Amino acid sequence: MARTAANRPAGKRVESPKRSRLLIATRKGLWTLATDGTRRVWKLAGPQFLGHIVHHALLDPRDGKTLLAAARTGHLGPTVFRSTDHGKTWKEAATPPSFEAGSGRVVDHTFWLAPGHASQPNVWFAGTSPHGLFRSNDRGINWKGVAGFNAHPQRKAWCGGDQDGTPDGPKLHSILIDPRDALHMYIGMSSGGVFESTDGGADWHPLNAGVRADFQPNPDLEYGHDPHCVRFAGGNPDRLYQQNHCGLFRLDRPATRWQDIGLGMPKSVGYVGFPMVPHPHDADTMWIFPMDGSDVWPRISPGGKPAAYRSRDGGKTWKRQADGMPKSQAWWTVKRQAMTVDRFPVAGVYFGTTSGEVWGSRDEGRTWKCLAAHLPHIYAVEAV
Amino acid sequence: MADLNFRVAIPSPLRSYCDGATAVTITCTAKSPTLGDLLDELDAAHPGIRFRMVDEQGKLRPHIQVFVNATVQRDPNATLPPAADVMIVAALSGG
Repeated sequence: MARTAANRPAGKRVESPKRSRLLIATRKGLWTLATDGTRRVWKLAGPQFLGHIVHHALLDPRDGKTLLAAARTGHLGPTVFRSTDHGKTWKEAATPPSFEAGSGRVVDHTFWLAPGHASQPNVWFAGTSPHGLFRSNDRGINWKGVAGFNAHPQRKAWCGGDQDGTPDGPKLHSILIDPRDALHMYIGMSSGGVFESTDGGADWHPLNAGVRADFQPNPDLEYGHDPHCVRFAGGNPDRLYQQNHCGLFRLDRPATRWQDIGLGMPKSVGYVGFPMVPHPHDADTMWIFPMDGSDVWPRISPGGKPAAYRSRDGGKTWKRQADGMPKSQAWWTVKRQAMTVDRFPVAGVYFGTTSGEVWGSRDEGRTWKCLAAHLPHIYAVEAV
Repeated sequence: MADLNFRVAIPSPLRSYCDGATAVTITCTAKSPTLGDLLDELDAAHPGIRFRMVDEQGKLRPHIQVFVNATVQRDPNATLPPAADVMIVAALSGG
């Protein structure tokens, strides 16, 4: 019998959706997996944008029908595609995210898409590689740089140069909008760290105290950290979880110092990984997918034994969840945007691998099943 | 005026902007049009095509090549010879 977390808000009944869909963004196009309310049988459809590098695709939860997809090709520059009919037809943005002419900076790809606050249904944000924050005020048709970040006098000090950063390029990711206040935002940057704005992006300040940066000579830095993925806890925007290059961290606002929540992970597995996926309704529950961070940082399942790890107590303890996954010789990599949850009362958890498999659990990680295989390198998975 | 008409060969990755055409004819309004002028006119006729091959700082993207009368030309300020044959190529790269 599937378990539900004990500490979800009492009296808050969560309805089961009648259907669910996964948007699977890959290095060679966009696929979808669709299911009904039972989540037992999944049907694969696609590709759309065959041959395009699709970094992220997302449904607008505010209207339930608009989809945005960030794409480029090997030859062509980065753009954003938009659909207003659940992905049946797509139209390119009239003005995709790009830096100011004369700034000398060039967007390599749009990496992250985030719908704006519920009170601003026309607003979307995008994070790019190299680090850039962009905003659309017309549902993704025209994009403009957020000058408060892109032209911030400290930006280069925070982020380093446009050639610095992760192997796929430095990136701005994890754009979080406080559901209670449209002006209150967080961003995560690899590298750079976590930054907060309380004025809608006009100004930013670092928020990294307590986070390790053991790749730096001075480990107690104000910025320059490497968060891989930052998310709000389910139902509690005063709590943030972070999977970082150097561990797992939790921040309970208004505190400004992150707490280390990786100490409960087995030493043989470690606390390195890319995604951080909070439960949709339970602020104490989240999943991670550890990657080997030893030696030369292989970034694959430790020992070739893939597993998700779940905490139900805010990160104090972690439980291995691998029932159904291969027991050995499975050298998976799961990228930061390639793991997600649906919004069912008993949450479904899903992830995609760079070797093109999509795995899912409809019982909060207790058992896992391969939902699709033989796809291209998976960049992002979103449940809609 | 005919000298200001340019035949522009379009590579397969960009044909979706031109209704699938393998080549289009672009008329430039500038007196001595440059490659940059031509790409601006191409974008006016086929919106969105320019940004896919020219970045926001005005440079041709690394994997796009332009030939003018069979000679590589990457300088947007270069003046086009009258009635030049322009070929846009998605350079050999990929994987």
